[in-house]
Amino acid sequence: MTTRHDTAAPPEKGGAAPGRPPGDAVSPEAARKRARLSRRWQRDMRWSPYAFVAPFFVFFAAFGLFPLIYTGWASLHSVELTAPTDMAWTGLDNYTRIFDDDFFWNAAKNTLTIGIISTVPQLMMAMGLAHILNYKLRGSTFYRVIMLAPYATSIAAAALVFVLLFGRDYGMINWVLDSVGLGKVDWQNDKWASQFAVSSIVIWRWTGYNALIYLAAMQAIPQDLYESAALDGASRWRQFIHVTLPALRPTILFTVVVSTIGASQLFGEPLLFDANKGASGGGQHQFQTLGLYLYEQGWVNQHLGRASAIAWTMFLILIVIGLVNYVISRRLRASS
Amino acid sequence: MTTTLTKPPAEPVSEPPRRRRRSKASRAGGQLHAGPIAYIILALFTLGSLFPLVWTAIAASRDNQRLAQTPPPLWFGSNLFDKLEIAWTDANMGEAILNTTIVAGISSATVVFMATIAGFAFAKLKFRGRNALMLVVVGTMMVPPQLSVIPLYMMVAELDWSDQLQAVIFPSLVSAFGVFFMRQYLLQALPDEIIEAARVDGASSWRVIWHVVFPTARPAMAVLGMLTFVQVWNDFLWPFLVLTQNGNPTVQVAVAGLGRGFTPDQALIMAGALLGTLPLLLVFAIFGKQIVGGIMQGAVKG
Repeated sequence: MTTRHDTAAPPEKGGAAPGRPPGDAVSPEAARKRARLSRRWQRDMRWSPYAFVAPFFVFFAAFGLFPLIYTGWASLHSVELTAPTDMAWTGLDNYTRIFDDDFFWNAAKNTLTIGIISTVPQLMMAMGLAHILNYKLRGSTFYRVIMLAPYATSIAAAALVFVLLFGRDYGMINWVLDSVGLGKVDWQNDKWASQFAVSSIVIWRWTGYNALIYLAAMQAIPQDLYESAALDGASRWRQFIHVTLPALRPTILFTVVVSTIGASQLFGEPLLFDANKGASGGGQHQFQTLGLYLYEQGWVNQHLGRASAIAWTMFLILIVIGLVNYVISRRLRASS
Repeated sequence: MTTTLTKPPAEPVSEPPRRRRRSKASRAGGQLHAGPIAYIILALFTLGSLFPLVWTAIAASRDNQRLAQTPPPLWFGSNLFDKLEIAWTDANMGEAILNTTIVAGISSATVVFMATIAGFAFAKLKFRGRNALMLVVVGTMMVPPQLSVIPLYMMVAELDWSDQLQAVIFPSLVSAFGVFFMRQYLLQALPDEIIEAARVDGASSWRVIWHVVFPTARPAMAVLGMLTFVQVWNDFLWPFLVLTQNGNPTVQVAVAGLGRGFTPDQALIMAGALLGTLPLLLVFAIFGKQIVGGIMQGAVKG
């Protein structure tokens, strides 16, 4: 592939000697000059692509790949936060300690349930919202920008407002619930209520963003698919089920993967939602996620080695999710 | 002229069914005018999206006593500017906003530059290992950067970079999404003929980048820059680990520190949260249309 470019090196056509017809008799000096330029040209064609991708890969190696691998290495050592460079080999000790820890399994379960509570309603609402935004609307740009306002809000700001809104005694939400006769909910201490409250921060921040992604995919669906479905007498609902959803399958899969990765990383929301300002995810660890558990082990209990083992375990879980996703998407592709 | 004159007799025959078909189709597809229910649902979503933000400002304009009463305040009090001023000075919000602007600015400029040249190489240049390297880029997008915080923390300790902005800047420069995004854009936006033409004129690869790629890629570069800026501005875990509120905080660190730290004054905490959010909301109010377009563009190709 490179040879094609090498032989077609343009300086010989006129870059070195503009206006001179090719094949003309040339002085030896001009020929040397041309050869030198052509060599430089070849070097440029061969090596500059690597130069262009190099900056990304250098930074990726230093701040992405190396730390990822080194986390695995550190997970086999005993490392304390106070002296991060003193590492003592302990084999798989960190892993056995984690797997023996009930709080690890609790955090894993919480991550799963909060992940489901936050992802499923979020994506379903985003789908409905995208469907509505796909109508001819007055002020459609206005709505799209408004839906993105939560995405512009940081985790920290959002979590702190939601703590107040979900306050047990004076929060807005309990006030509304109380006024309509449903009674107050203990959003901090009740397990499911607290998990729902933490999830609602995620849902609030990401629904509009995902709606825009679905909307973009919906607008790419060819109109005649709907026309022929309508000719067959399909109702609007059936068109949505049989035309829109199948066409959106790759997009749905994409958002599910992204949301899953996001959910597995959940950290700031449960950290800041805790009214006791700890890292345990509530008094009974009722909304402690794996991300929070990692932080607690590494930075509160100061066991960086154990935290590394948690990180590496999370990484393996993600790989499994990725493989499952790959298999599913291959099946989908094969079936369609 | 004659053809148009001879046509009319044929058209009325074919037109009625076609017209009916078209109206049915427009009713079926995505281009129907929204009814009142759609507008009601949109109004609810608008309310839901904006209410927590507006209420942040309401809470910031009150004081602790008023926030510990039912019913909660639904309209502004008189303390807003006092609380904002205290947050600005005592909670380091002013410094934090400056710091975050520096970090997000350097990061997005660097990411855009690196992603554009790498995206160009992947989209338009032929070199050995291109497909394998592109696969690495795509695979990298799936790995959350948070998994590498522990070695990064050790590196920072070794380099004595805690509370230094570069500790936050360097890791944020890795953007596989950016490379992918620019590649997808340049694949279709930059015709091969233009590059060939520049080559025939004897332009080196760098000149091609400077005079052909950058001008063509400008819209996508702007979008990627804005997306990166938002992402870095709102990044939480890593800055929270290496920066402290009284050292050299970013906005997120300062807001989180305010929430977990010295003050029991909820109104002050809300004032800090508001200050940390306002700059980006302002950016969205101005460039909202472009950001929406950018996200949707990235979605179709992603």
